[in-house]
Amino acid sequence: MDGPIRILVPTGSLGAGASEKEVAYGIAQGARAIATDAGSTDSGAAYLALGISKNNRGSVKRDLTILMQAGAEAKIPLIIGTCGQAGGDRNLDWTAEIVVEVARELGIRPKIALLYSEQDKADLKARNAAGKISPLAPLGPLDDADIDACEHIVAAMGPEPYMAALQAGADIVLGGRTTDTAVLACFALLHGAPAGPAWHAAKIAECGAQCTAVRNGGAGVLIGIGPDGFEVEPLAADNWCDPESVSAHMLYENSDPFRLTEPGGVLDVTQAVYTQASPRAVKVTGSIWEPQPYTMKLEGAAASRFQTVMLIGIQDPDVLADIDAFHDRLLAALHQRVHKTIGAAAGDFHISLRLYGWNAVSGDKPPEGTPPPREVGVLFVATADTQEMASQIAKACNPYFFHFPLVMDKELPSYGFAFTPADIDRGPVFEFKLNHVVQVDDPMELVRTAWIDLRDEEAA
Amino acid sequence: MARVKDVCRHVRSKNAGPFWVTIDFFFDGPESFARYADSPVLGPELFARLFGADPALVKRFAAPSLNVVKVSYPRAAPQGGMVERDMHAGQQYVRLLDVELDAA
Repeated sequence: MDGPIRILVPTGSLGAGASEKEVAYGIAQGARAIATDAGSTDSGAAYLALGISKNNRGSVKRDLTILMQAGAEAKIPLIIGTCGQAGGDRNLDWTAEIVVEVARELGIRPKIALLYSEQDKADLKARNAAGKISPLAPLGPLDDADIDACEHIVAAMGPEPYMAALQAGADIVLGGRTTDTAVLACFALLHGAPAGPAWHAAKIAECGAQCTAVRNGGAGVLIGIGPDGFEVEPLAADNWCDPESVSAHMLYENSDPFRLTEPGGVLDVTQAVYTQASPRAVKVTGSIWEPQPYTMKLEGAAASRFQTVMLIGIQDPDVLADIDAFHDRLLAALHQRVHKTIGAAAGDFHISLRLYGWNAVSGDKPPEGTPPPREVGVLFVATADTQEMASQIAKACNPYFFHFPLVMDKELPSYGFAFTPADIDRGPVFEFKLNHVVQVDDPMELVRTAWIDLRDEEAA
Repeated sequence: MARVKDVCRHVRSKNAGPFWVTIDFFFDGPESFARYADSPVLGPELFARLFGADPALVKRFAAPSLNVVKVSYPRAAPQGGMVERDMHAGQQYVRLLDVELDAA
């Protein structure tokens, strides 16, 4: 390799807000690729289960327009992983459709690779039966029922499918679910960078400017991977990196700050040394890559039981003076009401009342002597086997929830509710079911590559 | 007598995937770090008691160059379940702020 391989990471996640000025700076510094991920499991299982993005279409299109224009002008590839928040096939197709629309608007004709990593249930069951799927704590061995419960299952790709697509001439690579690091490491690995620094640089840059001194001071970073380590600097001119801001990023959303398991190996940064290389850049040496048998992490999203919610606000000081007792009595009354009006047909239903302004987040009883709150919001959540039943349970509870008296011989109160109708069908509870890895012989084995080649289109 | 919030300049919690939560204790300097990094108070039992975590799975790391102690524990219920109250686990650290570190 001749000199460091520079990769422009424009933002922590596509749609979060790339900056034209920052991208122009990174390209002027000699970036040879633009790479970013576009999702995470962090916002919950709904996005994989439903195949939808967390972002609105406009914000993703805006970032794509900036990045595709810059990539086309500089003639460097644009690499995007975990498209559409969850990286399922539908999430990827949604992103691809926007990319094609932007290409037409910009008058560019890129060759686009699509890397699909959604998995077939029967195939996974066969691999499970063959002993190729292992659990990660805290889950146990994989049950076929867990596979069946999932709406969609993805395997997190490593860098190899991206490297193959780039070698085949892709101008834009759009990937399904991929490890954040693989998306940012693939270009450097393809061009001969050492694995330790390439993976470590990718981990540091995965959330864009999160590894900089002023975390909200700009969106992206530039990484440069060389034979003896890597450097990282912010794309925003008035921001900088320091050894603490960079090394602290290894803590972020990682259960282990020193060893990171990836497809095909473990990144070990126990011996890494972080030094200030220039006023804005940090150099990192001593990152080690330990090759391991190739595994891909599985993520599966299930839609299970259904919920209906209602919300009230309470300011009545007599109620608030002993809100815990009020909560317990109200909850008991709501259960009785459901038993009386719906009976056994309600099935194995569940009601929870969450006191916002008191203990909704923790669910714990506040310590003795905690002064009463000024007001609370009470969120009613009914969970049942069907949406219709959850809705019926909420309607049965409605008069009690809105007018439950503190003492029985007084006029019925009305608590503050904001909407009519008051009950809101929330849809299913979405949960991640899998925390397992599948061992494969070939990194491409669970990946399907498709192409959209706009070069073939007639010029308009 | 010192509580977590007296000797840490920053404490944060966040999901590390849908099944784990990780807590970072940024101590206010090398002295506090040296004094409390191995404190038995920050052991697995604390996370079992406050968060219902299986103590056998609680992991703890020290990062001396940052004066940070990191503790990761499995969620009592995976992210997004029926009674989820903190999707990102971003508020879970608050229950740790008043933990008394010099308790016998």
